[in-house]
Order: sequence, then structure tokens, then C-alpha cells
Amino acid sequence: MGHTLSVRQLEAWYGSNQTLKGINMEIASNHVTAIIGPSGCGKSTFVRCINRMHETLPGSKVKGEIILDGESIYEQDPVVLRKMVGMVFQKPNPFPSMSIYENVVAGVRLNGMRNKKTLQDIAEKSLRMAALWDEVKDRLNYSGMSLSGGQQQRLCIARALAVEPSVLLMDEPASALDPIATMHIEGLVRQLKEDYTILIVTHNMQQAARIADSTAFFLNGELVEHGPTSEIFTNPNDKRTEDYITGRFG
Amino acid sequence: MNDIFRKYQNWLMLIVFIIATIIALIPLFGVLGYVLKNGLSALNIQFFINLPKAMGLPGGGMANAIVGTLIMVLIASLIGIPIGILAAIYLTEYDRHSWLSTVVRFATDVLTGIPSIIVGIVIYTAVVLKMGNFSALAGGLALAIIMIPLIIRSTEEMLKLVSHSIREAGYALGISKGKTILKIVLPTAAKGIITGAMLAVARVAGETAPLLFTALGNQYWARSLNEPIASLPVQIFQYATSPYKEWHQLAWAGSLVLILMVIILNLVARFAFRSRSI
Repeated sequence: MGHTLSVRQLEAWYGSNQTLKGINMEIASNHVTAIIGPSGCGKSTFVRCINRMHETLPGSKVKGEIILDGESIYEQDPVVLRKMVGMVFQKPNPFPSMSIYENVVAGVRLNGMRNKKTLQDIAEKSLRMAALWDEVKDRLNYSGMSLSGGQQQRLCIARALAVEPSVLLMDEPASALDPIATMHIEGLVRQLKEDYTILIVTHNMQQAARIADSTAFFLNGELVEHGPTSEIFTNPNDKRTEDYITGRFG
Repeated sequence: MNDIFRKYQNWLMLIVFIIATIIALIPLFGVLGYVLKNGLSALNIQFFINLPKAMGLPGGGMANAIVGTLIMVLIASLIGIPIGILAAIYLTEYDRHSWLSTVVRFATDVLTGIPSIIVGIVIYTAVVLKMGNFSALAGGLALAIIMIPLIIRSTEEMLKLVSHSIREAGYALGISKGKTILKIVLPTAAKGIITGAMLAVARVAGETAPLLFTALGNQYWARSLNEPIASLPVQIFQYATSPYKEWHQLAWAGSLVLILMVIILNLVARFAFRSRSI
């Protein structure tokens, strides 16, 4: 089951540059929420705040609150939090020194799980969920780097799922992929929302329209509008949302 | 008209580059060829198994010097490689932008350029005089001090080549920073780090000056690490500057063995551990 997130007065800085200016947002469980907006609007910073990855960058600062299932994430150990909030990055980034199998179970194994049978079960289950099992089941010992870009990204998704998070953050997961691979990833996102709460940052508005239940439009570090995707795309409340969606800027 | 001039110029410059390359290669192959010519004739099985004979007598070998060099290089590696790698991990992973790491980085650059004889004098004063005798330990320590900056710099470069996104992927899985470095970043850079360490070992294997002050040399087997010990470079130096023809021959053989050791280390570093996937 996915979990709900509520974001309250979230502000973030990178150096002296304020990238998020008081975001308030409720994120429903088992929903796909798309974050759209022009480059530099703070959408990546926003998802990176949710797993406390933003604060690992030198010179960064965060204020405000994010509540995951009633608990403030800033009161938790970030290492523990990140097991509950998984992340998939823009560019596929499998661990180069590891095989496909080792990549998938990396999170579980490096956190102490030794039982071989359990690890194998986790690997198969995660790869199946990421729709990659049939393509790699005969070459689990090959390097993760031997896969195509789209397969590498699904490997990264499998790797994130293997730690059994409740929220999955995806930062433009398909922007480095070709249309076929993108289609695979999108199909996957639609299936995964059965079990996970998903936030997906995207530059591609058609993609948001295709897969997201609700969409949030960010501009200059502010949340301009957040609502059901159909409403945002057909009947936005804010003039700026309409201008962005119809391609007048951005 | 212009076209002809450009082609002519192009042709002329190409000739200049080729000549410069040939001039650069002549001494390199000259040295190798000379050592090979003089060394091969003196090289035989006795050289590897016998101790040096008394002055002027034919025969004899450098078995103790070969073993001495290996022992001191081993001591230097045991001290220098872990310290160098651990310091590089601290500098790149934990403290990349602070003033401390800037200072350390500058210091390692300076230390890389310091003549090795100075390291020898320092160890002579700080260790040999205090302990009262020349020793393999002091020699190994001097070599380690020459190795450390080389290893820090090469390891640092290799760790910097590991993309930041790999580290973030580790953190995002709920893996702690320490484990991410140890189990993900280091294995990714391992081949390059090993190559750098082996090149540093090859570099110090031929050092003479620091060993003159620290290990001194020995005509016999050293019975412990705490007494003077022979080494190839020092033995070569002593034999080549002696007035005996037989010793000159042995010095050439020693030079050949030393060059071969360094070449083999270089080849192993470059081919066996050639970095394929960073």
C-alpha cells in the first residue's frame, strides 16, 4: 500500500538562491502525481526534499515540514527515511561494478540481508515488477552496464522497489530514453500505483496527461496549481498554468 | 596561392613534429638498448642466487640486493598504499571543498616534486640517528613517504571519475554514506586505484638517494629488518663507481634486472588492471 504525504510551507535554498518558496501540497496514496513546470522552477528540488536528498548538496538549506503517514520526515534518520521513499533518477545509474542481480539487491544486501534464497526471491520479484525479468533472467550475472538505456532504467526501478518503499519518486525517469522505452516505463508507472504512491517529475506534458491522476504545476519555486490531471489540462484555474500548457512559454 | 602556402605549411609542421618525436625516442631506446647490451652478458643464474663476492673476484651475484629491494618496496607498500588511499577517500568523499583539503592537496603536489634525496636526509635525521642504525625499516619508510603523495593524487583522480549520480543512487536506497563509499564507489574505481598504486610502487622501486641514507647497503643477508640491508639501486651505485671490471659487469646486470622489474610492474598495471568501466 502507498502512503500519503503532506507538505507544509516547504522552503529550500541552494546557496543564496531560493528554489522553493513555501509549498503546501497534499499527495494522495496510490496516486500518480505529476510535477510539471519549466526548467529551474524547483520541481526536482521538490522531490529531492521528500527523500532528504536535497540537503546532501553543499550549501543547501531546507525549512518547513513534510509529513509521511503522520510523521515528520525531518525527525527521522535520513538513511532510514530513504528506505521508505525510493527514488529513480533522470539518467539510468546502475552501479558499474555490480551485476544485474547485485544491482537489484544492493539496497537490501548492503543493509544486512545475507540469506541467499531471500535475496534471490527479492531480485525476481522486483525485476518482475519492473517488467524486466523476462529480458534478463538468463543473464543475471552480466554487468548492469551491458543493458540498453531503457533496460538500465527499469533495472534502477527494480533496485528502488527491492527495498520496499512506500513512496516512489521519479525525476524525469524517461527523459533520456527513446519512445519505446518511455512507453515501457509509463506502463510500469500505471501498474506500480497499485502498491505505491508515485511522484513523477516530467518535462513532457503529454506524459503527465497519459499517466498522472493529479498534476501540480510549479513556476519559479511556487506551486501555482494542483488538481486532477483532467482539470489542469482542460480547465486550469490559473492563467499561468493555461499559458504553460498551451505552450505560450516554457 | 593561399591554398598552396597552407598545404606547404602543414607539411612542414608535420615534419617538425616527426623529428621532435624521433629525437625524444632516441635516448629512451638508447638507454634500454645500452643496458640490455651490457647487462645481458653479465646476467646468469649466479646473479640471482649468489651473494656478492669480495673485491676483484669474478662471479658473485646480487641475490641479497634483489631480496632487499623487494622487502623495502613491500614495507613501503604496506605503509604507503593504505595511508594514501584512506587519505584520498577522506579528501574526495568527506572534505572536498574545505581549506584543509586544499592545503593537503597543495602539499601533496609539492611533495610529489621534492627531490627524493631530501626525504632520505629527513628520515636519516629523524629515524636513523634516533634509532642508532641504518635499517630496512628506515628505507621502507623513506620510500613510503615518496609513495604517499603519488597514491593520494592518483586515487583522488580515480574517485572523482566516479559519477556523483552513483553515490546518490546509493544514498537513495537507504545505504549509509560509509557503506556507499566502501561497497559502491571504491569497487567502481578499484581498477584505476590499483593501477595508480602499482605505478607508485614501480616509481619507488628504483629510488637510490633516499636508500643511501636509510638502508645503507649490505654485502651479506640482513638478518632482521632493523639492520642495514642491500638494495638493487644502491648496489648498482656502489659497483658502478668501484674500480673493478667484474663489479661494473654486475652493475649492468643489476640495472637490467631493475629496469625489468619496473617494466613488468608498469605492464601489469597498464594491462591487467586497465580500467574499462568507469
